[in-house]
Amino acid sequence: MAPLEGDAAGARIGVVTFPGTLDDRDAARAVRLAGATPVNLWHGDGSLQDVDAVVLPGGFSYGDYLRAGAISRFAPLMGKVTAAAEAPGSPLPVLGICNGFQVLTEAHLLPGSMVKNENLHFMCRDQKLTVENASTSWTNQFTAGEQIVIPLKNQDGQFIADEHTLDQLEGDGRVVFRYAESNPNGSRRSIAGISNAAGNVVGLMPHPEHAVEPGFGPDSSGADRRFGDTPLASGTDGLSLFTSVLNTLLVA
Amino acid sequence: MTEEFNLDTVEHASRTPDSELPWADLGLRENEFEDIQTILGRRPTAAELAMYSVMWSEHCSYKSSKVHLRQFGDKVSEAMKQHLLVGIGENAGVVDIGEGWSVTFKIESHNSPSMVEPFQGAATGVGGIVRDIISMGARPVAVMDALRFGGIDHPDSQRLVHGIVSGIGSYGNSLGLPNVGGEVVFDPAYQGNPLVNALAVGVMRHEDIRLANASGVGNKVVLFGARTGGDGIGGASVLASESFDSSKPSKRPAVQVGDPFAEKVLIECCLELFAASVVEGIQDLGAAGISCATSELASNGDGGMHVELTNVLLRDPTLTPGEILMSESQERMMAVVTPENAAAFEAIMDKWNVEYSWLGEVTDTERLVIEWDGEEIVNVDPKTVAHEGPVYDRPYHRPDWLDELQKSSFRASKQHQERPQSGPELAAAVLELMSSPNMCSKDWVTNQYDRYVQGNTALAMPDDAGVIRVDEESGLGIAVSTDANGRYSYLNPYDGARLALAEAYRNVATSGAKPMAVTDCLNFGSPEDPEIMWQFAESIRGLADACQELGVPVTGGNVSLYNQTSGVAIPPTPVVGVLGLFDDVGRRTPSGWRDDGQALYLLGTTADELDGSEWANLRGHLGGQPPAVDLSIEKQLGEILINASRDGMIDAAHDVSEGGLAATLSEMALRFGVGARVGIDELCERDGIDAFTALFSETQGRAVVSVARTEEVRFTDMCTARGFAHLRIGVVDNPPGSPRGAERLGRSPVVDQASASERAETQPEPALDVQGHFTLPLASLREAHEGTLPAYFG
Repeated sequence: MAPLEGDAAGARIGVVTFPGTLDDRDAARAVRLAGATPVNLWHGDGSLQDVDAVVLPGGFSYGDYLRAGAISRFAPLMGKVTAAAEAPGSPLPVLGICNGFQVLTEAHLLPGSMVKNENLHFMCRDQKLTVENASTSWTNQFTAGEQIVIPLKNQDGQFIADEHTLDQLEGDGRVVFRYAESNPNGSRRSIAGISNAAGNVVGLMPHPEHAVEPGFGPDSSGADRRFGDTPLASGTDGLSLFTSVLNTLLVA
Repeated sequence: MTEEFNLDTVEHASRTPDSELPWADLGLRENEFEDIQTILGRRPTAAELAMYSVMWSEHCSYKSSKVHLRQFGDKVSEAMKQHLLVGIGENAGVVDIGEGWSVTFKIESHNSPSMVEPFQGAATGVGGIVRDIISMGARPVAVMDALRFGGIDHPDSQRLVHGIVSGIGSYGNSLGLPNVGGEVVFDPAYQGNPLVNALAVGVMRHEDIRLANASGVGNKVVLFGARTGGDGIGGASVLASESFDSSKPSKRPAVQVGDPFAEKVLIECCLELFAASVVEGIQDLGAAGISCATSELASNGDGGMHVELTNVLLRDPTLTPGEILMSESQERMMAVVTPENAAAFEAIMDKWNVEYSWLGEVTDTERLVIEWDGEEIVNVDPKTVAHEGPVYDRPYHRPDWLDELQKSSFRASKQHQERPQSGPELAAAVLELMSSPNMCSKDWVTNQYDRYVQGNTALAMPDDAGVIRVDEESGLGIAVSTDANGRYSYLNPYDGARLALAEAYRNVATSGAKPMAVTDCLNFGSPEDPEIMWQFAESIRGLADACQELGVPVTGGNVSLYNQTSGVAIPPTPVVGVLGLFDDVGRRTPSGWRDDGQALYLLGTTADELDGSEWANLRGHLGGQPPAVDLSIEKQLGEILINASRDGMIDAAHDVSEGGLAATLSEMALRFGVGARVGIDELCERDGIDAFTALFSETQGRAVVSVARTEEVRFTDMCTARGFAHLRIGVVDNPPGSPRGAERLGRSPVVDQASASERAETQPEPALDVQGHFTLPLASLREAHEGTLPAYFG
């Protein structure tokens, strides 16, 4: 991982809380551990408070009683997020994790959708992923083809899209993360995460914010040759998503 | 109910003393109904009858258990109370863990609802215990669940296992609470009465502790959260306080339906209310709903309350006053708010889009007065409803069959004669044990629970205890473990309860934490059966004595009686939860070894104790006496494990309990997929036992630890100085470059296949090598261990 240049602590990264959001405090911690300042954003507010990037964290917003993310996309703040993410010139970097990814697809910032896991169960496991695209705003601290391990935990994690969309995503290099070695939930083409065309908006089902701090993450890392080589619960592969966006902001 | 019954006012009740009332249908006994009339000096109104019937139910009043439960308060020393900020009697006990932090935790049963409607019953069990935690002012930080099902191959287990596991997962996952442990037990003895015990833990600063009481005359009483509906009406009295019988109509209408999203919003909303100091106290609504909340708030406070019941927001407008008072609709809270704070309260409700209605106010009349559209339908002394219910010292006696049972030891059985002895027999026995319903991997269950959320989970299943960080700066944190063994308790309820505490205590110490406090969920059959009442009395006596001996106080819990169907009761099942303290969770000890060449030590001695064991269970034998309990040994073992963890002497530790040393070694090897070479011959010689006994005996007070070569002298010196038996039984076998095939599914990614096969040519596959007896490749051990639940449940 290339060292960051300049002072990243000046970066302010918004973490949005919807009713039913669960991993907002975890995402804020990840932002802090990456060296930036987290800013709590409330779904009902009309202002992005001049943040430099936004994270839509995981959870069950509005209970996921309707399609996951279907109600949250109408939050007043989401209008601002969508407009900023699509602004010409310097679009706002946006990361959607799990439920946040589902919100991004409902908001049409990203294509496709998520349906129930193939086995119909909620699933919590440490998941190996291949980083397919290491040039987005959220993945530039990885190298293409690198393998990482971060937790996967969801009920509706199966990514689906029509064949044309899938071909387009593949052709444009917009498949950012792919499940490695085994497809845990039936996702089309083992897709775990994708980006928009500009690469500033990334969504993924696994949770990078749960692999950022030694002692509280997975028992392994993509760099390990074997399971368990990482000190107990000390896989921190997810941190690079958050340092990547800081790098993006510094370069910009 | 008729229209006239709805309008049964206090005045009407006084005028019509002879009206027939359905007290028996509401679960009241005749003497109880007479007591109510004596207290009131007249017949109760329909609404009063509803309140008394639910509040005087076994579930809410503890009327059969109270006389015995007092021991938890009596057998306590000043030293044990030293860290107790709030003791038994409140929604949950609170323990001081230092640095200004306090922890509240409690376990509660939701057995009957889960039997009737597994998904909703289990889900609302989680919801209920979490609301207890919130009402203390704490942020919930973890849940655990202790589950007991009937036979794994019984058709009804399909319904119950899928329903209960997904109910717990769905509710807990949606609340953002990591599920960090618990138990899953299969035993035909629970066929008609599965047990769902849910534990929740919350943390708060000392100054944030809140007690639920209605103080301050003129303060306003408000109900908020979900609307009140017809679900769960009479749940406490009808379901939890009666045995099931196929001759009665379906109990389904008495089960509540949960909405975890509403509860998640309620959690955040309550924490904001507390933080903004706009509430005087909050009471959760659980069993007995508004009846319980109003009478408890009033009797814990200044003694009076006035409520207008038509202000309650309803989901179903046809509910009668009695039904509204009894409804157990979920996700509701009641708060006491000063008039000055009313506007601030409403603003927070509006922010979170939570509905609320002002019901009335606190008075100093010492009466709980409830009106229906201005007409008085309840006028009672709230203490008589909430605290001064009937108390029964029910007759009990030792069962006559117990002598015979205790005489029938495993050693004297045919099954013992046929015990495995040769190497291949022992290897097959270990595989059979580790794939058996109770000893098999529970990943199929626990992988349906979120263990990561909140980012503070330092250990979770399958390690000995769940470990949660409380303070991000210092690493201050807690460990929690639950345990019970119904077979031990069936053979000897006094020792069974002590064994449950001993194991939970040992688990917490094995993780490296210092045990601090106890919560218990006492699951038994009908107290009206003197033999079951004896089991209950003996269990409480045992648990209270053991708590005193180990110096850990009971801070709260729950009693679940009437767990029997068609006259068949569950075995006595006192589930004990122990809370432990870490000054830094960074030093917690995992249950698996990893580093090549580390020495394995067995702490404690092994006796021939197979009565009630998992092995005897697999061979269909139940008799004799459970393993002997020596709590002074448990205490010493605990101190060794805690010191060794604190001083960095050990890198892995796992206790020896159900399944014996065979289970301990297998689980330690499978945790990280690392093998070991173990010798048991010296152990057999020292303790005068055979290999079978060494591997399968369930002698207490033991643990296996993995010690780095550089720490060995220091570690053995410590054990020697304390006079504690320790024996080097092996070494971790994990040479550089060796493969770690067959890793835990779900916990870790699959190995790179190409390099695995490449390595396999040069390095042996990892194995558990019990030298001179057998070698079990970890791949086969894992296949046996992890295949069982998926094979049954998909």
